[in-house]
Amino acid sequence: MRDLDLEALLPKIWAGLAQTLQMVTVSFLLAAVLGVLLGIVLYATRKGNILENRVVFGVLNAVINVVRPIPFIILIVAISPLTRVVVGTSIGTEAAIFPLTIVAAISIARIAETNLVAVDPGTIEAGAAMGARPLRVLLTIVIPESLGPLVLGLTYILVALVDATAVAGVVGGGGLGNLALTYGWQRFDFFVMATVIVLLIVLVQVLQLLGNLVARKVMHAR
Amino acid sequence: MSTAISFEGVSKTFEVKGRRVDALRDVQLEVERGTVFGLVGYSGAGKSTLLRTVNALERPTAGRVVVDGAVVSELQGAALSRARQRIGMIFQQFNLLQSRNVYRNVAYPLALAGVPKAEIVDRVEELLEFVGLTDKALSYPAQLSGGQKQRVGIARALATRPDILLSDEATSALDPQTTGEVLDLLRRANAEYGVTILLVTHEMDVIREIADRVAVMQDGQVVETGSVYDVFSAPLAATTQRFVSSVLHHVPGADALERIKRVHHGRLVQIHVENRESNDPFLSRIARRHDVDFNVVYGGVSELQSRLFGTLTVELLGDDLDVEAAIRDIREATGVSELTHA
Repeated sequence: MRDLDLEALLPKIWAGLAQTLQMVTVSFLLAAVLGVLLGIVLYATRKGNILENRVVFGVLNAVINVVRPIPFIILIVAISPLTRVVVGTSIGTEAAIFPLTIVAAISIARIAETNLVAVDPGTIEAGAAMGARPLRVLLTIVIPESLGPLVLGLTYILVALVDATAVAGVVGGGGLGNLALTYGWQRFDFFVMATVIVLLIVLVQVLQLLGNLVARKVMHAR
Repeated sequence: MSTAISFEGVSKTFEVKGRRVDALRDVQLEVERGTVFGLVGYSGAGKSTLLRTVNALERPTAGRVVVDGAVVSELQGAALSRARQRIGMIFQQFNLLQSRNVYRNVAYPLALAGVPKAEIVDRVEELLEFVGLTDKALSYPAQLSGGQKQRVGIARALATRPDILLSDEATSALDPQTTGEVLDLLRRANAEYGVTILLVTHEMDVIREIADRVAVMQDGQVVETGSVYDVFSAPLAATTQRFVSSVLHHVPGADALERIKRVHHGRLVQIHVENRESNDPFLSRIARRHDVDFNVVYGGVSELQSRLFGTLTVELLGDDLDVEAAIRDIREATGVSELTHA
């Protein structure tokens, strides 16, 4: 029944793992930078904040609200023309990174904004009372104070990205998820599927642990 | 003595759901340099709002606030920033930066004021020594107790050697023991650095412990102001009397008076007790002279700013005319007021 022995399988698993890691890390790093910046813009342009701007806030807010509810598998296909323009191709691992980055960045923007808004207004007031101007308050109080919970939010997105890479297989993104789908699901090879699932579980555990560790480092809670 | 802070006809009106709320109404008040000035009142009286006009966290809708000659209520931008660096502030919830350790919390206002790095190190060390937290320099706020957090708050507020320290219910989240320690620290800051302290509290005990002068607020207005001794020993406004009786039990309350009157049917008078120059035993002397008996039924004496004051409630027994004459004589020696029988 098995048309694949372990010797032939191992290289495929390694390649899948490498592709998954590549998609996850590259899209995560890009999305983190982009998302946090967007989150800061969202926060700063909010009513009553330093760069209050109804147009910028309104447009950003609307874009995020429109993109977030679209299922990832549909989004990949829907923005494939854009992907082709940006990446040069709409097929393959590199092409999968683009939509992954977009969804992750948009989720991170919302998470960053929420964490910035949640910063204790008392500390902001203390900064003002010490004579810090609004921009200084944003850079030296609001952003650093939001960093701890933000890292936990970023970890959540990192794990969600591992999940999303499986879907990226649809556009030939490759990776572990793709391996499980093609061998496990379409060819009923339980062994491949089980191996991939165990690998994914280990990967997610490691990432979560890493996130918790970093969060503890920046939160300084007892 | 010169004036550190003066409130000149300060009013503040909020608009809440289309309803006008007068948080402050024409407040006129002066705080002398180097004193500890207490603002006391129930919640919603406007005392915190008034305090926050001093560093322009709140802006009055009418009137002005003058701090060291500058109209703080009209300052903007860089000028306001500089003025705020001369005014320290501590808060009920401490408001420390959780992402910075104790050292960097205290260093924050110094960096803001552009103090060179080498000086910052020395100054923070000095401040942490002053508040007794030298060993906690590298701890984070989350690792400190409430009292320790407030001491960091005080170190941070004093960092730029401000002329004025604002304290917004700074001990209200602390237990009595810790409150005492924090008040000691504020007293030392006032004595050693000469910083003028304006503090808001709803605890009369805090005023009694530390303040030189007090203003009592109600409905956005100052209803009474004076030295702590005067206000405590002879409160005029009804609110003040309630506040004073919350910490001093010199005079019987309505219930206690009811019980006293059920037993004691003679004339009840309240005799003031204060620092005396002579050791004349006037009560027993007067009693013997007029052949009346007296019975102490209630009383209390306190010490405030090294002066005694108190009240004894005394029942006088004897012939009506003799009692009348005795009261006349006591009145010559000290203050007396009569408690009429209901």
